[in-house]
Amino acid sequence: MTTGGILLAVLVSAVCTFALRALPFLAFSGERRMPLWLDRLGQVLPAAIMAVLIVYCLKDVGSDLRGIAFPKGIAVAAVAVTYKWKHNTLISIAAGTILHMVLLRVL
Amino acid sequence: MTKAQIRKNAFLKSIPIMCSYIFVSMAYGIMMENAGFGWYYSLFVSLTVYTGAFQFVLITFLSSGASIVTIALTAFLMNSRQTFYSLTFLKDFQKMGRRKLYMIHTMTDETYAVNCTLDLPEKEKEDTMFLVAFFSRCYWMAGAVLGGVIGQLLPFDMEGIDFCMTALFVIIFIDQWEKTRKHIPAMTGLGIGILCLVIFGQKSFMLPALLITSGILVITEKGGKSV
Repeated sequence: MTTGGILLAVLVSAVCTFALRALPFLAFSGERRMPLWLDRLGQVLPAAIMAVLIVYCLKDVGSDLRGIAFPKGIAVAAVAVTYKWKHNTLISIAAGTILHMVLLRVL
Repeated sequence: MTKAQIRKNAFLKSIPIMCSYIFVSMAYGIMMENAGFGWYYSLFVSLTVYTGAFQFVLITFLSSGASIVTIALTAFLMNSRQTFYSLTFLKDFQKMGRRKLYMIHTMTDETYAVNCTLDLPEKEKEDTMFLVAFFSRCYWMAGAVLGGVIGQLLPFDMEGIDFCMTALFVIIFIDQWEKTRKHIPAMTGLGIGILCLVIFGQKSFMLPALLITSGILVITEKGGKSV
Protein backbone atom coordinates (compact mmCIF):
# COMPACT_ATOMS: atom_id res chain seq x y z
CA MET A 1 0.00 0.00 0.00
CA THR A 2 1.17 3.54 -0.68
CA THR A 3 1.39 6.11 2.12
CA GLY A 4 -1.66 7.84 0.66
CA GLY A 5 -3.57 4.56 0.62
CA ILE A 6 -2.63 3.89 4.23
CA LEU A 7 -3.73 7.36 5.34
CA LEU A 8 -7.00 6.97 3.46
CA ALA A 9 -7.63 3.56 5.06
CA VAL A 10 -6.93 4.96 8.54
CA LEU A 11 -9.16 7.98 8.00
CA VAL A 12 -12.02 5.88 6.61
CA SER A 13 -11.71 3.65 9.69
CA ALA A 14 -11.70 6.67 11.98
CA VAL A 15 -14.78 8.20 10.35
CA CYS A 16 -16.70 4.88 10.42
CA THR A 17 -15.83 4.34 14.07
CA PHE A 18 -16.76 7.85 15.14
CA ALA A 19 -19.98 7.74 13.13
CA LEU A 20 -21.04 4.55 14.91
CA ARG A 21 -20.31 6.01 18.31
CA ALA A 22 -22.22 9.18 17.43
CA LEU A 23 -25.15 7.52 15.65
CA PRO A 24 -27.50 7.28 18.66
CA PHE A 25 -27.05 11.00 19.33
CA LEU A 26 -28.27 11.82 15.84
CA ALA A 27 -30.92 9.15 15.40
CA PHE A 28 -32.42 8.62 18.82
CA SER A 29 -32.29 11.92 20.62
CA GLY A 30 -35.52 13.24 22.06
CA GLU A 31 -38.50 10.92 21.95
CA ARG A 32 -37.43 8.55 19.18
CA ARG A 33 -36.56 5.14 20.54
CA MET A 34 -34.57 2.38 18.91
CA PRO A 35 -36.68 -0.32 17.25
CA LEU A 36 -36.76 -3.58 19.18
CA TRP A 37 -35.22 -5.68 16.41
CA LEU A 38 -32.20 -3.38 16.28
CA ASP A 39 -31.79 -3.81 20.00
CA ARG A 40 -31.87 -7.60 19.56
CA LEU A 41 -29.40 -7.33 16.68
CA GLY A 42 -27.04 -5.46 18.97
CA GLN A 43 -27.10 -8.39 21.36
CA VAL A 44 -26.31 -11.08 18.80
CA LEU A 45 -24.08 -9.34 16.26
CA PRO A 46 -20.85 -9.00 18.29
CA ALA A 47 -20.48 -12.75 18.92
CA ALA A 48 -21.08 -13.56 15.25
CA ILE A 49 -18.60 -10.94 14.02
CA MET A 50 -16.02 -12.16 16.53
CA ALA A 51 -16.47 -15.70 15.17
CA VAL A 52 -15.77 -14.46 11.63
CA LEU A 53 -12.68 -12.66 12.93
CA ILE A 54 -11.37 -15.81 14.56
CA VAL A 55 -11.73 -17.56 11.20
CA TYR A 56 -9.82 -14.61 9.71
CA CYS A 57 -6.98 -15.07 12.23
CA LEU A 58 -6.78 -18.79 11.48
CA LYS A 59 -7.33 -18.54 7.73
CA ASP A 60 -3.89 -19.89 6.84
CA VAL A 61 -3.97 -23.06 8.96
CA GLY A 62 -4.81 -25.21 5.94
CA SER A 63 -1.69 -24.19 4.03
CA ASP A 64 0.94 -25.54 6.42
CA LEU A 65 0.08 -28.11 9.05
CA ARG A 66 3.35 -28.21 10.97
CA GLY A 67 4.49 -24.63 10.55
CA ILE A 68 1.15 -22.85 11.08
CA ALA A 69 -1.72 -25.13 12.11
CA PHE A 70 -0.01 -26.80 15.09
CA PRO A 71 1.43 -23.64 16.69
CA LYS A 72 -1.82 -21.71 16.22
CA GLY A 73 -4.08 -24.59 17.23
CA ILE A 74 -2.16 -25.36 20.41
CA ALA A 75 -1.89 -21.67 21.32
CA VAL A 76 -5.65 -21.13 20.79
CA ALA A 77 -6.32 -24.10 23.06
CA ALA A 78 -3.97 -22.62 25.67
CA VAL A 79 -5.81 -19.27 25.55
CA ALA A 80 -9.22 -20.95 25.88
CA VAL A 81 -8.17 -23.24 28.74
CA THR A 82 -6.34 -20.54 30.74
CA TYR A 83 -9.21 -18.10 30.21
CA LYS A 84 -11.83 -20.63 31.29
CA TRP A 85 -9.70 -21.35 34.33
CA LYS A 86 -8.64 -17.85 35.50
CA HIS A 87 -10.78 -15.43 33.49
CA ASN A 88 -7.80 -13.10 33.29
CA THR A 89 -7.33 -11.42 29.91
CA LEU A 90 -3.68 -10.53 30.40
CA ILE A 91 -2.58 -13.98 31.56
CA SER A 92 -4.34 -15.68 28.66
CA ILE A 93 -3.00 -13.31 25.99
CA ALA A 94 0.53 -13.59 27.36
CA ALA A 95 0.38 -17.39 27.73
CA GLY A 96 -1.03 -17.93 24.23
CA THR A 97 1.31 -15.49 22.49
CA ILE A 98 4.49 -16.70 24.19
CA LEU A 99 3.54 -20.33 23.57
CA HIS A 100 2.87 -19.52 19.91
CA MET A 101 6.24 -17.81 19.53
CA VAL A 102 8.03 -20.74 21.16
CA LEU A 103 6.18 -23.36 19.10
CA LEU A 104 7.02 -21.52 15.87
CA ARG A 105 10.68 -21.95 16.69
CA VAL A 106 10.75 -25.51 18.01
CA LEU A 107 8.23 -27.39 15.86
CA MET B 1 -16.00 16.01 46.27
CA THR B 2 -13.28 18.54 45.51
CA LYS B 3 -11.55 18.69 42.13
CA ALA B 4 -8.58 16.81 43.54
CA GLN B 5 -10.80 14.10 44.99
CA ILE B 6 -12.57 13.69 41.67
CA ARG B 7 -9.23 13.36 39.91
CA LYS B 8 -8.04 10.79 42.41
CA ASN B 9 -11.27 8.80 42.20
CA ALA B 10 -11.18 8.84 38.38
CA PHE B 11 -7.58 7.67 38.41
CA LEU B 12 -8.38 4.82 40.78
CA LYS B 13 -11.32 3.81 38.61
CA SER B 14 -9.04 3.81 35.57
CA ILE B 15 -6.33 1.55 37.01
CA PRO B 16 -7.84 -1.70 35.69
CA ILE B 17 -8.08 -0.03 32.28
CA MET B 18 -4.43 1.03 32.56
CA CYS B 19 -3.27 -2.54 33.18
CA SER B 20 -5.08 -3.91 30.18
CA TYR B 21 -4.57 -0.97 27.78
CA ILE B 22 -0.84 -0.51 28.21
CA PHE B 23 -0.26 -4.22 27.79
CA VAL B 24 -2.55 -4.69 24.78
CA SER B 25 -1.52 -1.46 23.04
CA MET B 26 2.15 -2.29 23.50
CA ALA B 27 1.50 -5.57 21.74
CA TYR B 28 -0.25 -3.47 19.09
CA GLY B 29 2.74 -1.15 18.72
CA ILE B 30 5.16 -4.08 18.46
CA MET B 31 2.94 -5.76 15.87
CA MET B 32 2.74 -2.54 13.86
CA GLU B 33 6.51 -2.16 13.99
CA ASN B 34 6.85 -5.78 12.86
CA ALA B 35 4.56 -5.10 9.91
CA GLY B 36 6.75 -2.15 8.93
CA PHE B 37 4.80 0.71 10.50
CA GLY B 38 6.80 2.91 12.90
CA TRP B 39 5.53 4.24 16.23
CA TYR B 40 4.19 7.42 14.60
CA TYR B 41 1.76 5.28 12.57
CA SER B 42 0.66 3.51 15.76
CA LEU B 43 0.15 6.89 17.42
CA PHE B 44 -1.75 8.26 14.43
CA VAL B 45 -4.12 5.28 14.27
CA SER B 46 -4.61 5.26 18.05
CA LEU B 47 -5.33 8.98 17.98
CA THR B 48 -7.88 8.87 15.17
CA VAL B 49 -9.48 5.42 15.25
CA TYR B 50 -9.01 4.42 18.91
CA THR B 51 -10.74 1.07 19.08
CA GLY B 52 -8.76 -1.89 20.36
CA ALA B 53 -9.74 -4.99 18.45
CA PHE B 54 -10.26 -3.28 15.11
CA GLN B 55 -6.83 -1.63 15.19
CA PHE B 56 -5.28 -5.10 15.17
CA VAL B 57 -7.32 -6.17 12.17
CA LEU B 58 -6.37 -2.93 10.46
CA ILE B 59 -2.67 -3.91 10.65
CA THR B 60 -3.23 -7.05 8.63
CA PHE B 61 -5.50 -5.15 6.24
CA LEU B 62 -2.87 -2.47 5.68
CA SER B 63 -0.07 -4.96 5.13
CA SER B 64 -2.11 -7.22 2.85
CA GLY B 65 -3.60 -4.28 0.92
CA ALA B 66 -7.29 -4.97 1.57
CA SER B 67 -9.86 -2.87 -0.29
CA ILE B 68 -11.34 0.25 1.29
CA VAL B 69 -14.78 -1.38 1.14
CA THR B 70 -13.58 -4.36 3.19
CA ILE B 71 -11.89 -2.04 5.68
CA ALA B 72 -14.95 0.19 6.03
CA LEU B 73 -17.38 -2.72 6.41
CA THR B 74 -15.18 -4.44 8.97
CA ALA B 75 -14.83 -1.19 10.93
CA PHE B 76 -18.57 -0.76 10.70
CA LEU B 77 -19.46 -4.24 11.93
CA MET B 78 -16.72 -4.63 14.53
CA ASN B 79 -17.49 -1.27 16.08
CA SER B 80 -21.26 -1.44 15.85
CA ARG B 81 -21.34 -2.42 19.51
CA GLN B 82 -20.14 1.10 20.35
CA THR B 83 -23.49 2.34 19.05
CA PHE B 84 -25.19 0.38 21.77
CA TYR B 85 -22.80 1.71 24.40
CA SER B 86 -23.49 5.30 23.35
CA LEU B 87 -27.18 4.59 23.68
CA THR B 88 -26.75 3.85 27.38
CA PHE B 89 -25.17 7.24 28.02
CA LEU B 90 -27.26 9.27 25.61
CA LYS B 91 -28.72 11.45 28.35
CA ASP B 92 -25.49 11.84 30.33
CA PHE B 93 -23.35 12.91 27.36
CA GLN B 94 -26.07 15.18 25.99
CA LYS B 95 -25.61 17.43 29.01
CA MET B 96 -21.83 17.63 28.75
CA GLY B 97 -21.64 20.48 26.24
CA ARG B 98 -18.27 20.81 24.56
CA ARG B 99 -17.01 17.61 26.12
CA LYS B 100 -19.77 15.59 24.43
CA LEU B 101 -17.82 14.96 21.21
CA TYR B 102 -14.80 13.81 23.18
CA MET B 103 -16.98 11.45 25.21
CA ILE B 104 -18.46 10.00 22.03
CA HIS B 105 -15.05 9.48 20.45
CA THR B 106 -13.53 7.86 23.52
CA MET B 107 -16.30 5.36 24.27
CA THR B 108 -14.74 1.88 24.43
CA ASP B 109 -15.66 -1.48 25.96
CA GLU B 110 -13.60 -0.66 29.03
CA THR B 111 -14.67 2.93 29.67
CA TYR B 112 -18.26 1.82 29.13
CA ALA B 113 -17.86 -0.82 31.83
CA VAL B 114 -16.34 1.68 34.27
CA ASN B 115 -18.95 4.35 33.50
CA CYS B 116 -21.65 1.80 34.29
CA THR B 117 -20.27 1.40 37.81
CA LEU B 118 -20.27 5.14 38.64
CA ASP B 119 -22.85 6.12 41.18
CA LEU B 120 -22.27 9.83 41.76
CA PRO B 121 -24.17 13.12 41.67
CA GLU B 122 -24.58 14.50 38.15
CA LYS B 123 -21.72 17.02 37.98
CA GLU B 124 -19.23 14.74 39.67
CA LYS B 125 -20.24 11.83 37.46
CA GLU B 126 -19.67 13.93 34.34
CA ASP B 127 -16.22 15.05 35.48
CA THR B 128 -15.27 11.51 36.46
CA MET B 129 -16.44 10.04 33.15
CA PHE B 130 -14.46 12.67 31.28
CA LEU B 131 -11.29 12.01 33.25
CA VAL B 132 -11.61 8.21 32.97
CA ALA B 133 -11.99 8.64 29.20
CA PHE B 134 -9.00 10.99 29.08
CA PHE B 135 -6.72 8.78 31.20
CA SER B 136 -7.67 5.67 29.24
CA ARG B 137 -6.90 7.31 25.93
CA CYS B 138 -3.50 8.39 27.28
CA TYR B 139 -2.71 4.85 28.44
CA TRP B 140 -3.60 3.46 25.05
CA MET B 141 -1.47 5.94 23.12
CA ALA B 142 1.47 5.65 25.50
CA GLY B 143 1.43 1.87 25.14
CA ALA B 144 1.19 2.04 21.36
CA VAL B 145 4.20 4.37 21.10
CA LEU B 146 6.15 2.38 23.68
CA GLY B 147 5.42 -0.84 21.79
CA GLY B 148 6.63 0.70 18.54
CA VAL B 149 9.88 1.84 20.13
CA ILE B 150 10.41 -1.46 21.95
CA GLY B 151 9.70 -3.34 18.74
CA GLN B 152 12.50 -1.37 17.11
CA LEU B 153 14.98 -1.97 19.93
CA LEU B 154 14.33 -5.65 20.65
CA PRO B 155 17.40 -7.61 19.65
CA PHE B 156 15.50 -10.78 18.81
CA ASP B 157 13.00 -11.61 16.12
CA MET B 158 9.38 -11.08 17.21
CA GLU B 159 7.84 -13.50 14.72
CA GLY B 160 4.62 -14.87 16.16
CA ILE B 161 3.74 -11.82 18.30
CA ASP B 162 0.78 -11.25 15.99
CA PHE B 163 -0.92 -14.12 17.81
CA CYS B 164 -1.94 -11.66 20.55
CA MET B 165 -4.71 -10.51 18.19
CA THR B 166 -6.03 -14.07 17.86
CA ALA B 167 -5.80 -14.50 21.63
CA LEU B 168 -7.76 -11.27 22.20
CA PHE B 169 -10.52 -12.39 19.83
CA VAL B 170 -10.76 -15.85 21.38
CA ILE B 171 -11.16 -14.21 24.81
CA ILE B 172 -13.84 -11.79 23.60
CA PHE B 173 -15.59 -14.72 21.91
CA ILE B 174 -15.59 -16.74 25.14
CA ASP B 175 -16.95 -13.71 27.05
CA GLN B 176 -19.74 -13.30 24.50
CA TRP B 177 -20.44 -17.02 24.59
CA GLU B 178 -20.77 -17.08 28.38
CA LYS B 179 -23.06 -14.06 28.42
CA THR B 180 -25.87 -15.78 26.53
CA ARG B 181 -27.55 -19.13 26.06
CA LYS B 182 -28.32 -18.31 22.46
CA HIS B 183 -25.35 -19.64 20.54
CA ILE B 184 -26.83 -19.78 17.04
CA PRO B 185 -25.46 -16.32 16.04
CA ALA B 186 -21.91 -17.28 17.08
CA MET B 187 -22.18 -20.61 15.24
CA THR B 188 -23.58 -18.79 12.19
CA GLY B 189 -20.53 -16.51 12.12
CA LEU B 190 -18.19 -19.47 12.49
CA GLY B 191 -19.96 -21.56 9.82
CA ILE B 192 -20.33 -18.76 7.28
CA GLY B 193 -16.73 -17.69 7.93
CA ILE B 194 -15.34 -21.14 7.19
CA LEU B 195 -17.66 -21.64 4.21
CA CYS B 196 -16.62 -18.31 2.66
CA LEU B 197 -12.96 -19.07 3.32
CA VAL B 198 -13.30 -22.34 1.40
CA ILE B 199 -15.27 -20.74 -1.45
CA PHE B 200 -13.56 -17.35 -1.85
CA GLY B 201 -10.07 -18.09 -0.55
CA GLN B 202 -7.88 -16.36 2.05
CA LYS B 203 -7.53 -13.05 0.26
CA SER B 204 -11.14 -12.14 -0.37
CA PHE B 205 -13.42 -14.05 2.00
CA MET B 206 -13.86 -11.36 4.68
CA LEU B 207 -16.25 -9.11 2.77
CA PRO B 208 -18.73 -11.85 1.76
CA ALA B 209 -18.41 -13.52 5.18
CA LEU B 210 -19.26 -10.31 7.07
CA LEU B 211 -22.05 -9.36 4.68
CA ILE B 212 -23.73 -12.79 4.73
CA THR B 213 -23.38 -13.20 8.51
CA SER B 214 -24.84 -9.78 9.34
CA GLY B 215 -27.49 -10.26 6.63
CA ILE B 216 -28.66 -13.53 8.18
CA LEU B 217 -28.80 -11.97 11.64
CA VAL B 218 -30.76 -8.94 10.41
CA ILE B 219 -33.30 -11.26 8.80
CA THR B 220 -33.63 -13.58 11.81
CA GLU B 221 -33.80 -10.75 14.37
CA LYS B 222 -36.20 -8.65 12.33
CA GLY B 223 -38.45 -11.60 11.56
CA GLY B 224 -38.17 -13.53 14.82
CA LYS B 225 -40.27 -12.79 17.87
CA SER B 226 -38.50 -14.87 20.49
CA VAL B 227 -35.38 -13.61 22.20
